[in-house]
This record gives sequence, C-alpha cells and structure tokens, in this order.
Amino acid sequence: MALKTETMVLNMGPQHPSTHGVLRLELEAEGELILSVKPHIGYLHRCFEKHAEAMTYPQVIPYTDRLDYLAAMGNNFGYVIAVEKLLGIQIPERVEYIRVIMAELQRIASHLVAIATNGADIGALTPFLYLFRDREYILSLFEMTCGARMLYNYMWIGGLSHDIHPDFVRKTKEFINHFRPTVVELNNLLTFNKIFIERTAGIGILPIDTAINFGATGPVLRGSGLAFDVRREDPYSIYNRFEFEIPTGKGLVGTVGDCWDRYYVRVLEMEQSVRIIEQAIDNIPEGDVHSAIPKRIKPPKGTVYARVENPRGELGYFIISDGNLNPFRVKVRAPSFVNLEVMGELCKGHLVADVIAILGSLDIVLGEIDR
Amino acid sequence: MYQFLYNLIGNEILAGLLVAVVPLTIILVFALFGIWLERKVSAHMQDRLGPMRTGWHGWLQTVADLMKMLQKEDIIATDADKTLYNIAPVLVFSGSFAAYAVIPFSSKLLGSEVEIGIFYVLAISSLVVAGILMAGWSANNKYSLLGAMRAVAQIISYEIPTALIVLSMVMLTGTLSLDKISQMQTSSFWNWNIFGGAIFGLSKFLLIPFMFIGALIIFISTLAEVNRVPFDIPEAESELVAGYFTEYCGMKWGMFMLAEYGNMFAVSAIITILFFGGYQSPIGYFGNSISAQWLVPFEQGFWFIAKGLTLVFVQMWLRWTLPRLRVDQLMTVCWKYLIPYAFLNLIIIGIISLL
Amino acid sequence: MKQYLKNTYDGIFTVLVGMKVTFKHLFTPAVTIQYPDVKVKLPERVRNRLYVNMDDCIGCDQCSRACPVSCIEIETVKSIPGEDLGITSNGKKKALWVTKFDIDIAKCCYCQLCVFPCPTECIYMTDVYEFAEYERSNFIYKFATLTDEEAVQRKINYEKLQAEKAAAAAKPKPETPAQTENKTE
Repeated sequence: MALKTETMVLNMGPQHPSTHGVLRLELEAEGELILSVKPHIGYLHRCFEKHAEAMTYPQVIPYTDRLDYLAAMGNNFGYVIAVEKLLGIQIPERVEYIRVIMAELQRIASHLVAIATNGADIGALTPFLYLFRDREYILSLFEMTCGARMLYNYMWIGGLSHDIHPDFVRKTKEFINHFRPTVVELNNLLTFNKIFIERTAGIGILPIDTAINFGATGPVLRGSGLAFDVRREDPYSIYNRFEFEIPTGKGLVGTVGDCWDRYYVRVLEMEQSVRIIEQAIDNIPEGDVHSAIPKRIKPPKGTVYARVENPRGELGYFIISDGNLNPFRVKVRAPSFVNLEVMGELCKGHLVADVIAILGSLDIVLGEIDR
Repeated sequence: MYQFLYNLIGNEILAGLLVAVVPLTIILVFALFGIWLERKVSAHMQDRLGPMRTGWHGWLQTVADLMKMLQKEDIIATDADKTLYNIAPVLVFSGSFAAYAVIPFSSKLLGSEVEIGIFYVLAISSLVVAGILMAGWSANNKYSLLGAMRAVAQIISYEIPTALIVLSMVMLTGTLSLDKISQMQTSSFWNWNIFGGAIFGLSKFLLIPFMFIGALIIFISTLAEVNRVPFDIPEAESELVAGYFTEYCGMKWGMFMLAEYGNMFAVSAIITILFFGGYQSPIGYFGNSISAQWLVPFEQGFWFIAKGLTLVFVQMWLRWTLPRLRVDQLMTVCWKYLIPYAFLNLIIIGIISLL
Repeated sequence: MKQYLKNTYDGIFTVLVGMKVTFKHLFTPAVTIQYPDVKVKLPERVRNRLYVNMDDCIGCDQCSRACPVSCIEIETVKSIPGEDLGITSNGKKKALWVTKFDIDIAKCCYCQLCVFPCPTECIYMTDVYEFAEYERSNFIYKFATLTDEEAVQRKINYEKLQAEKAAAAAKPKPETPAQTENKTE
C-alpha cells in the first residue's frame, strides 16, 4: 500500500524580509520542491487612477512619483511625454537633454537597489551597503537639483520645475569617475563569485517565447536574449541621438534566460547609462526650462498612449482627455505587474530557496503593481 | 589544573566545580567580546561605524543586549511541546560547553586530562544535533521544523570530513590527546603541524601541501558545523525568518547565541591545536629568557587565545563576504567535494608517514 | 573530471578575490556620521517643512488650489474700504483679511507645487526636518495672525458693509422716479 502524501501549503506572507514590498506568495510545496506559486497582490493599492481623475494635470505628477518609488524620474517622464503629446507642444532642447540625464541617473540608482537587494536576499549582505553608498551620490545630485531625494516632482508638463544647479555638471562628472571602479569591485565581490553563480545560474530559466507571450519587458525580457528596448524601438525624447548598446543575456555562466543573466543585464545596463550620461553632460544647450510651460493645461479631447523605458520595463500611460482641466482617465501599464505573472512559470520544479532568488531577479516594486 | 586545585583546597567536588567554572567564564567573556567584535568587524567592512554610544566604541553593547534579554517575557506558543521546548537550549549550550573540557589553554590550564581528547569532542558535538531537533520540533511551526531538519542534515554530514582530517592528524602524531599534540609542536613555529610537524626530515617537506589542504578542509567543514555563512541555511534570515529558533525569545534565545559563539571559539581552538601549534609561541617565551618560569603558562594562554581569535576573525570575514549556499548545494559540497579530498588527503598522509 | 577540478579551483579563487575586496574595505574610513551629534549639511533647494510669512500673504488661494492633497485650508474676509492692511514686500496692496490659514503638515507630500504659484513668494519650504510630534493634532500648523475675536470682528464688519450696500442698493430704486419727477418739476 502506497503512503498517502499531502502537499504542504507555505505562505510567504505579506510581511517577509525579502518579498520586495507587501506581496503574498502562496507556495504549494512537496517537501522542498515547488509545485505552484500563486502571488496575491493588492496590499498597497492606493487608488492612483481614481485620484488622477480628480486632480488637474500638473497635480497628478506627484502621484505618478509614488507609483514606482524607486524610479520616480522615469514615471514623471512617461506622464509628461503623454500629456505633451496630447497638447502638441514643443519643448526646448535644454529640457530634453536634462530629462535624459536625469532618467539615466535614475536608471543607475534603481538598478543599484535591484542588484543590492538581489544579493542581500541570497545572503551577501556587504554589497548591499557598498551599492547604497554609491546610490547616495546620485541622490545627492538629485537633492541639489530639485530638493528631494526620492519623490521628485521634477519633470513638469512642458519643462522642468528647476533648472540644474551650477555645480551639477561638475559633480556628475565626479560621480562618473567614481562609479566605474565600483562596478569592477561589484563584479569581483558578487557577480563572478562561485557561490552566487551556483545560486542563480540555471535557476528560473525563462525561454524567449514564454517571455514574449506573457508580455514581459525590461531586463526580464532582455535576459532571455531579445534586444527589445523602447528607447530603440519607439524612440522618445532625444534618445535617437545617443549611442548605446542594448545588453542581452547570453548565458555566460549557465543557460540563457536564467537569474544570473537578468542580474548581469542590469549590471551592463548601468554601464550603458553611464555612457549616455557622458555623451549628454557636455552638450547641454542653453535655454530656459520654464519657457514652454503653459499657463493652463487644458488639452483638447482625445486619447494618447505614451511609453518609456523604466528600469523595470516598459511603463505606459494611457490618458483620455475630455477637454477639461482634469483628465478623464489615466491608466498605467506597470511593468512589474506584467513581469510578476512570469513567477508561476519560473518556479515550477525548483526549491523553496530558489523562489527568493527568482523573485529578486524579477525586480518588482509593489507600488506600481498595486498602484 | 584539577590536581593543582585539589592540592590547594582538598575537596574533590569543589575542585571539580572550580575547574568547570573556568571554561564557563571563558565562554561568557568570549561571547561578550565576540558579539562586539562581529558587529565592529562587519561595520568596518561595510564602511560604517557599528555600536558607538554604549561605552567606548560600544563595547558595552552586548551587556545592554543581555540585560534586555533577561527582562523579556518568556512566551511559549500554546501548542508547543513544553518539556522539549525548555530542554532544547540547555542541551545545545551544554554540548558546546562540554567541548571545552579537553581544550588546553596552556600547559597548566587543562580541564580534564583524559587520553581521548579529540574523540570526546567529536562525540559531544553530536549532542547538539539532538538539541536542535528538539528546538525545531517543539516550536510547532513549519518554518522552524524546516530549519531544524536542514540544520541536522548539515551537521551530521559535515562531521565526516572533520573526522577524516582529525583522523589523518591523529595518524601523524600518534595520539588522541590534545595536550600531547600541543606539546609536540614546540620550540619554533616551523615545528607547527601546518608545516609538517616537529620531526625534521623528508616527510616533513612532503607533508606541507597536504597539511595546507587538510587545514582548509577542516576549516570549511567546521564552519558548517557551527552554522556560519556560507552554510547558515538553518538561520537564513531572509528565507526562513530565523530557522529553528524562530519561536524562542528572551534568555532562551540568548542561550542559542551563546552556544553559537562558544562553538565558534571551540572549533577555532581545535584547528589551532591540530595545525597551528596550540599554545606554543612562535617567537620563544619571554618568561624563559628572564628566567621567570611562572610567566610561561600565561604567555602560552595569551598565544592560544590570540591564535583562536585570528581564526574567529577569519570566520567573521567570510560571513560578510559570501552569499549563502542552498541546501542541496551544501550537501554537494560536503559529499562530492570535501569527502573525496579528505579521503585522498588521509591516504597520502598515511603513505608519507610510513616513509 | 575536468569540470570537477575547475569547480574546486573556481570556488576557492573567487572566494579569495571577494575576501580581498572586503579586507580592503576594512581599512577605508566610515562614510556614516554620528547623528544626532553631527548633522549633514543640506543643499539650498531642499524641500522640508513648509513656512508661510503671513506679512506677505494676500489671501489669493493659489497655493491651496495647487495642492494635490488638499492640505492647505484658507478662509478670507474682504476688508471694508478705509482699512489699511499694509503692503507686501514686493509692493502689492493687501485687500483681504486672512482669517484661517491652516496647513496640515502630516498630509503634505512635499511636492512644492504650492510654492510656485504664490505671487509674493510668501510660502516656501524650509530645511527643517526634525518636527516630530506626540499628538497628531499638533501637526495642523495655524499661520493666521488674527485672533478668533478679531476674525469674527472683521467678518461682522464686512457683513455690515454688505448689508449697508444691499440696503443702499435696495432703497434708491423706488426713490429715483420721485426724484426725477421732482427734477422735472
């Protein structure tokens, strides 16, 4: 007579040291082997889309900051591009250059957090401290410009809230000089460490077709081998003037599309962002950043969808305007929301400890999943 | 030591108790110092400062934590098995404490002069396994049980490479007693076992690389015995909250921590005795050169503790550098890598020692 | 077999490289400071607690309308002609008594949208960030300088003026035909 076995339902509850935010994962496990994973979200729902209907267009910008709070400049960027498309206004060159520099600095900061928390979940607690130290440089650059370290309200419809500080260019160059050796140190300490490779290579392999079918974007998709980046496919702002590569996962250690590839894509993307900043920082044209900001923002009736490449993927804003001061509807296509769906596919057949590594490599932020 | 005290006091039981108290104070003082050292080392490695406000550079922080732990309410979950729950910390701590009985801190300070020193240590550390299982089971918590199972699997697997390397050293030195092993590595540091032992000859030079390999293997496997990173899956913070001692609070948790630090120093002590000369000094004895013979045991004690602390520092250094290994990878490292290398080491050392 | 040996070598070598990095960091000076004994110097554009300079406030309500979380509440009373409220620092003449100017700093999201529309730049963000309170009601900052009795008095004055104006507007209507009749006579 065969033994009757039961599968164990483990709950990685909303409060857990390494689910990045309040996410509840219901794991059905047989001993240590995972059979299925069901994510439960909604613990951070703050009714962003309903608020947007009651606010005027400029007032929505602080709310967009709080969607993906680790990449706030990118969120602002997407929204203002969408509204500017609706209004049909032209913005000064100076504004475009500064927006690109800020977005790329934000990309570096966000990837630093992603890499640091990925390492901390796996057990390497020291790179977390080192990378956050480097992030401090970026945050102090932002603080110098607009006064806030995390939620900026910097990119306004038609321009920026403040012009850059006179010291900004010099300090950014100092940061770039400081940053390149840091990436080398990170590679020595974490990326090519045998234990880290054992924990992440070959785990959570996402085949390219599955990734495309689920709609994954950002490093999750690029880690599986497809070089799809909104900055190349559908260039917004002035990205078509800069030279940069799109890193993809090549399976250097392990298989293409595993956790290590997604992690390494982020490391390489940071270097590419530094390249873009270097190209832009010396060529900022003169101008007035407030000159194109309209007095009253009342777009004509219509709909618009604008997308930007956020550090976590493709962030899209769909805005319906009915001619009033308040938008009729603002819908956000959050990249982490779509990327989280891939969890169920990736975790099958792995152990409980791998769920953490996979979740860390997907790099989700609950703020934009729940909005 | 026991003889000395017996001659002094005349009462067997009292002398025995005093002998037992000495390692207890050493463990407590070391735990106090060790926790502070860990926090400071980790802080400076991470470019920050660590505790600074309680005492000079925070050295009283552990005392503050101890006082906090002592006054905590002792909460036991309703469905927990009370007897096992209460016995488990005591068992784990006594396993770690009992190992100090045979460790010679100097030529005069030795708890018990039994002939089977190292064999006794290996046997006692298996007592810890029972304690951990009790802790994980009695807490009535899925996570604790998972953590306890993993801890037990880890400890009993890694006892094998430890035992193999110890066996090879015993084969080389011909004795099980830790005191005699220390005494054999006298008079200069080239005589330490890591450099091939005291007997000068061809076999000494042939042995050197294998001694290094053996020291490395035993260092790694004892790291796993004390559940330190990279083998700290049982207490993996970000995965299982705190593993098998999730449900303990207050002083009972304090006992587990004390046992962990006691264990750390005990295994460092054993490695120094086996490989790095025990309490022998590398540069000769100051007491001897000014003919104050009574000073020599104190110097030996100092050297012993210094060497032990260096190995403890290396253990802490590794903790803050490396990520954690997954459970099956842990097992792979033990059974597929360490045990074959340890066996080969044993055979080769055996062959060389026949020369 | 070759993979086995390579694994062993990789394992030991990468661990040693990592250890070298951490050892180097053991001797770099710490980057943290001992707050609260030492505090970080904040840049000039920093956005922390709001402050309103009531001498310059003209009661235009622009800041309250710009706030996305509705944390500013303003109530004003029109002044009666003949009362001199003074002029602001950039020369505007004030015409409204501000009877209530409450900012609920617990609701404020520090977005700075209220600072820009102010015509006299009287509301601005300071660099004070240590303003924790024990009671939640202490977070409602009341900036209005009129006491309650004065506010009530102003309101009464204004309503009296309105009533007089209404009475003056109501009375001449039946009288004008009589006046013109008188005039034509």
